[in-house]
Amino acid sequence: MDLSFTPEENAFRQAVRSFVQSRLPADIQKRTLEGRKQTHDDYKRWHRLLYEQGWGAPTWPKEYGGPGWGAVEQYIFEEESAAAGAPLLSPFGLKMVGPVIYTFGSDAQKERFLPRIRSAEHSWCQGYSEPGSGSDLASLKTRAERRGDGYVVNGQKTWITHAQYADYIFCLVRTDPKAKQQQGISFLLIDMKTPGITVRPIVTMDGGKEINEVFFEDVHVPVENRVGEENAGWTYAKFLLGHERTNIAGVAVSKRELRRLKHIASEERKNGKPLIEDPAFAARIAQVEIDLWALEITNLRVVSAEKEKRAPGPEVSLLKIKGTEIQQALTELMMLARGPSALGLLNDADAFRPAAAYCNLRKTSIYGGSNEIQKNIISRTILGL
Amino acid sequence: MDFDLTKEQQQLGDSIQRFVAREYAFEKRKGILRSEEGMSREVWAHLAEMGLLALQVPEEHGGMGGAPIETMLAMNGVGRGLLLEPYLASAVVATTLLRELGSPAQQGELFPAMAAGERIVVLAHDEPGARYDLTQVSTKATRAGDGYALSGQKSVVVHAPSADLLLVSARTGSGVSLFLVPWDAKGVSLAAYRTLDGRRAADVTLSEVRAGREALVGAEGAALDVIVSVNDVAIAAACAEAVGALEALLQTTVEYSKSRKQFGVPIGTFQALQHRMVEMLIHVEQAKSMSYLASLRSDEKDLQARARVMSAAKVIVGRACRNVGQEAVQIHGGMGMTEEFHASHYFRRLAALELSFGDTEHHLEKFALNSAEAT
Repeated sequence: MDLSFTPEENAFRQAVRSFVQSRLPADIQKRTLEGRKQTHDDYKRWHRLLYEQGWGAPTWPKEYGGPGWGAVEQYIFEEESAAAGAPLLSPFGLKMVGPVIYTFGSDAQKERFLPRIRSAEHSWCQGYSEPGSGSDLASLKTRAERRGDGYVVNGQKTWITHAQYADYIFCLVRTDPKAKQQQGISFLLIDMKTPGITVRPIVTMDGGKEINEVFFEDVHVPVENRVGEENAGWTYAKFLLGHERTNIAGVAVSKRELRRLKHIASEERKNGKPLIEDPAFAARIAQVEIDLWALEITNLRVVSAEKEKRAPGPEVSLLKIKGTEIQQALTELMMLARGPSALGLLNDADAFRPAAAYCNLRKTSIYGGSNEIQKNIISRTILGL
Repeated sequence: MDFDLTKEQQQLGDSIQRFVAREYAFEKRKGILRSEEGMSREVWAHLAEMGLLALQVPEEHGGMGGAPIETMLAMNGVGRGLLLEPYLASAVVATTLLRELGSPAQQGELFPAMAAGERIVVLAHDEPGARYDLTQVSTKATRAGDGYALSGQKSVVVHAPSADLLLVSARTGSGVSLFLVPWDAKGVSLAAYRTLDGRRAADVTLSEVRAGREALVGAEGAALDVIVSVNDVAIAAACAEAVGALEALLQTTVEYSKSRKQFGVPIGTFQALQHRMVEMLIHVEQAKSMSYLASLRSDEKDLQARARVMSAAKVIVGRACRNVGQEAVQIHGGMGMTEEFHASHYFRRLAALELSFGDTEHHLEKFALNSAEAT
């Protein structure tokens, strides 16, 4: 048992650190470190710089143009990137559909899509949820009927993050309405410019327009855009849900946000002294810091199991639950640290808005399989209940 | 970076778990708990035979000289089996103190006997009203003839009634010193009682207890830093004991929920209870992580960094003790309340561990102060 990194891993950390320090544009870095929003172009700008370095798809194996990093290197990369204020790369292409395509896709799909995900040419979004299908995803109704050399898609997807910027959407659609729920689903890659697709923004309580409804009306999708077998889409969807692991806890970003919380609490004053010296508030910060520290070790346990090719199991659900609870607690404390002035900052789109962040982060325990669904998974698979 | 045990560590861990399962079954433990001494000399001798009482003994005296991971594995077993013997007090805390401070003569006399299970030594440090502040020592040792005379009060000295020797801390001039005091020395009186988890403890009164120069452990006035430092080792060990108990209690609770039927189905099928058990599991896993960290860092040289680790670990483990203990009793229902059933014994031991070596609130505050200074 040993928590230290090897000399090679430390050298790798140095290499990532100096790259991020020298290439991350100052305006992007400043916005992240101040908790302000990035534009879609800023994300792309950073992704392109990584691509030029050969790191456009940090989690991919070499044969698909990734750097072939192991679990520990990926962990270090995320940690250094987050600490320096680099924006998170959009997960939909890199961590979701990319691995599905290189694992189950055709050669043509690999050739057509993978390079463009890596180079940030294509942005992707995820078409899973529907108005009637949230946690019960397999009840989805969006219909894809086979007609000639393709499918005709009709239905509605919802909560689609960044659909307004996406070039493609990967969708779960029902291809066999007679089959049992999970068995009649296929996995389609759909060009967002196809006629019949309408994107309508959903305004969230923080005033944000991250998410959208996407409507499909007689949308024609060529059959070569189906991944794998018809009616086997659920298998690929499950693979995808279980694929992104090392960073699901968001430890690296939370560590950065903890530093920001401490900074805010040292700027604010209570009873003539910095808020961070107030025993009650300091204890609340300490509790989150300690929870995060424990989660970091738990996360490293999973990373180290992955390193040795022992497949991480349902403990990933634990990382998701605890990780999102901590992310939420941090935004809550930042809002409370600002006190009454947090109320006034809702309208300034370019400032860090702690109240808006507090509202926005409520999503984390809902998306990606709600925390209650994660508890059901743990209950069934770890506890055997 | 890895969390793997060596082959030897794996074997040690397995043999402890086997021993606990075989020799410390719950019904047998009940007998030990009811016995006059509240511990089993036979079990103690067995632990000695397995080499477990020598993990903190220096290598030149035939021990392992510290061995944080082995200690953690031993404490996991102690926790799982709810051992009533003074493993933490004598084999960890007192042995480590003697390793750090004892003279060659003291070590030469005591280590073989302690490792063989023939002598039990416990630290008598805490005093009424000190409330986890290790620096509060009012007991005095004044020069008397060729040695010292000790007077004062020590409170809740767990296992004192079984100890052959007490390691008594006392003020000497401006510093704090440690003395080896036989339990039957003139002027020592023990007011013995049971702790909430069934251990035998005593409040110790010392009135003009004579101790010769050979009873002084370490240089005069130099003990406090070492007592504080060994408290970190104790925290790491207590966390590991808690993890053993937490895992056992979670397992017990899950099994119970699968067999106990109400409304015609096992209560473990109810989502209200499933989610509570998942919360318990999360507490256990987080506690395990911090127990690993505490053990790995228990010989860290940077004392402030080490104190931060120990406080963080004690907070995570303390909260786990409370959550898992309370939820286990709740899920066991009326059975959880009884003396008869093991859940309540785990509940009480976990509560006792939370109160030992600084409770959750104490360490949260300490960590927060430490953080504010660091920023």
